[in-house]
Amino acid sequence: MALARRAWAIVALPLIAIILSIITGIIVIVASELLVRQQFNPGLAIDAYVALITGSIGTEAAIINTLVSATPLLLGGLSVGLAFKAGLFNIGAQGQFLIGALAAVAAGIQLRESPVIVAIPLTLLAGMIGGAVWGFIPGLLKATSGAHEVVTTIMLNFVAIATLAAMVAGPLDSPGSASPITRDVGNASLPIIFGRNGHAGILIAPLIAVLYGFLMFRTTRGFEIRVAGANPDAARYAGMSPRRLVIWSMTVAGMLAGMAGATELMGVTRHMTASYGTTVGFDAIAVALLGRTNPLGIVLAALLFGAMRSGSAAMQIQAGVPAELVGVLQATILFFLVASPVIQRVFRLRGAQAGLDEASTFTRTYSGDAAIR
Amino acid sequence: MEPPTVEAPTAVHAPALEMRGITKRYPGVVANDQIDLEVRPGEIHALLGENGAGKTTLMNVLYGLARPDEGQILLDGEEVHLTGPSDAIHRGISMVHQHFMLVPVLSVAENIVLGEETMAGPVFLDRKEADRRIIELGRRFGFEVDPEAKVGSLSVGWQQRVEILKALYREARILVLDEPTAVLTPQETEEIFAVLRRLAAEGHSIVFISHKLYEVLEIADRITVIRRGRVVGQRLPAETNEDDLAELMVGREVNLTVDRGESSPGETVLKIEGLRVNDDRGHEVVRGVDLQIRAGEILGIAGVAGNGQDELVEGLIGLRRPAGGRVTLNGKDITGKPVRSVYGEGVAYVPADRHRFGLVLSFPLTDNMVLTSYYQSPYARGILRDDAAIRALADERIEQFDVRTPSADVRAGTLSGGNQQKVIVAREFARDLQLLILDQPTRGLDVGSIEFIHRQAIAKRDAGTAILLVSAELDEVLELSDRVAVMYGGRIVGEVDGRSANKNEVGLLMATGGREGGDARTPDASGGTAA
Amino acid sequence: MDGIIDFAYAIPVIGFVFQFVGYIIAVLPDIAPILLRAAVPIAFAALCGVLCERSGVVNIGIEGTMLTAAFVGWSSGVFLLPVIGTATGLPFGATPVLLVSLALALGAGLLVSLLHAWLSISVKADQIISGTIINIAALGITGYLNTLLARSSPVGAGAFARIDTPDFVRDIPLIGWVFEAIFAQGPIAISLIVVVIAFQVLLFRSRWGLRTRAVGEHPRAAETVGVNVIRMRYRNVLVAGLLAGLGGAFLSMEATASFQPGMTAGRGFIGLAAMIVGRWTPLGAFGAALLFASSLGIGQSIKIVPPTGELGVFLGTLPGQFFDALPYVVTIVVLAGLIGRSIPPAADGQPYEREAAS
Repeated sequence: MALARRAWAIVALPLIAIILSIITGIIVIVASELLVRQQFNPGLAIDAYVALITGSIGTEAAIINTLVSATPLLLGGLSVGLAFKAGLFNIGAQGQFLIGALAAVAAGIQLRESPVIVAIPLTLLAGMIGGAVWGFIPGLLKATSGAHEVVTTIMLNFVAIATLAAMVAGPLDSPGSASPITRDVGNASLPIIFGRNGHAGILIAPLIAVLYGFLMFRTTRGFEIRVAGANPDAARYAGMSPRRLVIWSMTVAGMLAGMAGATELMGVTRHMTASYGTTVGFDAIAVALLGRTNPLGIVLAALLFGAMRSGSAAMQIQAGVPAELVGVLQATILFFLVASPVIQRVFRLRGAQAGLDEASTFTRTYSGDAAIR
Repeated sequence: MEPPTVEAPTAVHAPALEMRGITKRYPGVVANDQIDLEVRPGEIHALLGENGAGKTTLMNVLYGLARPDEGQILLDGEEVHLTGPSDAIHRGISMVHQHFMLVPVLSVAENIVLGEETMAGPVFLDRKEADRRIIELGRRFGFEVDPEAKVGSLSVGWQQRVEILKALYREARILVLDEPTAVLTPQETEEIFAVLRRLAAEGHSIVFISHKLYEVLEIADRITVIRRGRVVGQRLPAETNEDDLAELMVGREVNLTVDRGESSPGETVLKIEGLRVNDDRGHEVVRGVDLQIRAGEILGIAGVAGNGQDELVEGLIGLRRPAGGRVTLNGKDITGKPVRSVYGEGVAYVPADRHRFGLVLSFPLTDNMVLTSYYQSPYARGILRDDAAIRALADERIEQFDVRTPSADVRAGTLSGGNQQKVIVAREFARDLQLLILDQPTRGLDVGSIEFIHRQAIAKRDAGTAILLVSAELDEVLELSDRVAVMYGGRIVGEVDGRSANKNEVGLLMATGGREGGDARTPDASGGTAA
Repeated sequence: MDGIIDFAYAIPVIGFVFQFVGYIIAVLPDIAPILLRAAVPIAFAALCGVLCERSGVVNIGIEGTMLTAAFVGWSSGVFLLPVIGTATGLPFGATPVLLVSLALALGAGLLVSLLHAWLSISVKADQIISGTIINIAALGITGYLNTLLARSSPVGAGAFARIDTPDFVRDIPLIGWVFEAIFAQGPIAISLIVVVIAFQVLLFRSRWGLRTRAVGEHPRAAETVGVNVIRMRYRNVLVAGLLAGLGGAFLSMEATASFQPGMTAGRGFIGLAAMIVGRWTPLGAFGAALLFASSLGIGQSIKIVPPTGELGVFLGTLPGQFFDALPYVVTIVVLAGLIGRSIPPAADGQPYEREAAS
């Protein structure tokens, strides 16, 4: 009985947030239809959700699609989650993702004819290194100058977009095509394992999640990261170096997001255009928040958002509801999570864990209240 | 601004302030239980009680920051219902808080007028008029104040004067002072007492909240003692003494001084030579300190906060890089070595700010218990932690040091202050130590916890550890230390024997650093006076 | 004189610096109005940030607030155009439909910041998370509604127009271009100048300003002298929302006459950087916004009208995207260089707990 109560305490808030956001989604669909086309059509909302569900888990192909969508979200969520645990807000997952993909495509093109057993690991490694560099920069800046990662990582996101465009239009452009496009990565592609598009990344990501859990909760390094995230002053007192931990954490977080970009490139598109990009980076934030920076929670949240993303295409085609609705749903889930004290009162939940403990640290370092030394 | 007319204290008038049957409940605790308090015009009335007895709650009720569940407040015999601080201020009640309610980056004038701004028109402030009034007010009570000085640059004693000016600017008739002497030297305390007596002579009523027995006996006209939310006695100073008051405060006979016995010091353990340390802004705040501590000896550092003590300790232990000098431990040079290696030499540090440095409040006691040892075997093998070993340690220490907690899994933040400090003590005291550094070890704790920690410290001393005690509570320093060093302006300005030390002498050193006289002009924080 | 300039230009390496300066001097009168225009949204975002953070509230959601206002302003024009019509005759080309749309855009800014205020002040949620949610939500909702609207080929209500400076102003020797840059603008841009000055004066000399600063530095001290911290914070965040609304409306109703998904393009965040560089003062924030806008403007200018001589050749070899990325890189560099020495309001980002519930 006590176990069930503990499970409920952890799961209650996210569950309620999800349900409330579904309701909000219905309202948004109906209201906007009313506003834009002056039609009152509640059936549209039902069509939308039905399409969403069938498009995500209705068929075997849909399920595989969901898993494929969930993979970069899982890795991205781990990236943001690790940063959260360290008291950092990695909004730069987007840029790290892109640079990781860029590095992967650059390496993959070189290795496209090499034996698979060499091409895949090296290309993956290139992506990880690219992402790590893109995470290292804001980490270093934060540790040395105190420049808050919220602003620097967002700036780097834009720089990443520009860099990607420049590279694809320049050195990486394959000759013989009108618009900038790279060659495909050949043997450096991740093999398809399930169905039509289920690539090997589907298996890699959960493995990384397990490693993440192990690192965070069973190792001394994980302990240090969590202490630095919860209280940098106490970390110094304990003989740790918050400065080094910040750099380490941002670099590893960047590496994870870079891995997300690399697997996505190697498994799905296999080449790159100048406008390559998704909103995975921001979705990863939602995944990490919903999953409470907990490895199992992140896996579940990634599956949920992956399902939404996968089904959104079907929703747009079949019901005519724009795919951006998924973004709205995500934001409302987060909103209800953040407003959890109010929800707790309304639903008379006691003992349910609210919000994010580490959150106060990244706000305090933003305002200079806690210095990283 | 005319002072109120002087009322002869023996005249039969309604008391200036009366609180009848005040009861205030918070979840799980009755902070005030049927409290009666009566203050006459021109009276200095002391409210005595230990930390957590309910004094602050009572004053919050008086100030309108909390509404009582039962009871009445009467001003000049008339019942009032206070809706908030504004209301209280308008009725002439002003409070000087224990932790100053001053905004450091704003000027003296801005701090004083905030909330009761002197205006030039509907929108803009009238700086000139405000400055003029403030200077005049200061003069009336014997000090020259610079209204444009930034409060953050003032010494603590001067900040307190600004707080009092704040109250007087609002024409307060009833002044409530919450632990006003907590951060003052004995000399500054005398100066504030002189100001208070002048205020009382002019007819103001003063409520003086404190836990310092001898001060209360010196300044008060009447003393009301509170314990656990109830009034347990009222005394006239002439009819009582420290022991009587202490017993009332705590409810049992209290040994005011821990029997510290004789110390038998051994070899020199810690040697500090010419240590220089800078603060966060790069100013040199430790200006060449020489100290020595022997094994089995307690050296206490007395000094007003802000004279470099924090930086001295941090520079000593490796949390701050010294700018010069040498620190040796048992002959080994540890100057500037990182914290962890210093700990490894057998040094432990109990920090002043336990929430900020000593604990991670959101983590369970198990994690907190290994905060400084988590990487050592048996708590970790390589990078792998051993949860079972950590748990066993935590359970053992909790038992050993009598930490009141339901289990070792609760978050440290849920414990009371005293128990939190016990956790830190349990963690740091429980191994063989060469040197133990205690920084404000009993700040904000109840008497029971204070006794406990003092006894533990003496025990450590008797076991041969050298102990460095830094405390703003001069009594604590004098009570525990075998030798006392006074720190002023970043230097050690005097060293005396702990037993034979004359409190006034030490206090004088703390206040002036051995130089002649004080100064009535607004000095800056380093103790020098503004040019 | 020319001989000296040519000589300076010819010095290896350092000559590039001189060439660059010369280029800027030559091109500045022409691009000054453009620079100011580019600075407007950044400055409004920075001012919004200053007002919020001076009161003790961290507002990362300025980007989302601006985006929402931009969308509401433009889309209201689409809906109201057939209803209200475009009777002209007012200065700045202000038609009734534009005015109503502007009011609605400001209202949108108000509502979004009300949400942030509620989450930050009353719910006491973490303020950075709250702001991020607003950004994600704004991006999603505006994108969603925009996609819906785009299906019906919407017609916008146009934009505010700039006034023409009279010739004699333009012809003032040496500094005529400064006046032209300031006044050859639309109404929202001109209002920025007014807001900056008014805000700067009020913040440091008025009762409201004193109380605001106290609330942001030491709210408990303010509370004990009778200042209502919660109410001040709410009011200031709401007014700040109006500022962000102006910034967003500028994008879709003055600088352009349309809406693009994500059109704020990080300006909300650059505004935060400008706020930090400007040391949380309105005047400083405005100056910093000009600085950042310059990197944007000069970058574009180099792309379109590259400098002559060796510098031009060198810059021509850089890919176009380099100049797109320039403002963001400049932001990072400036932020990293300056932040160590800048101190925000002491209570910034900390939710305020009232001493005791009555």
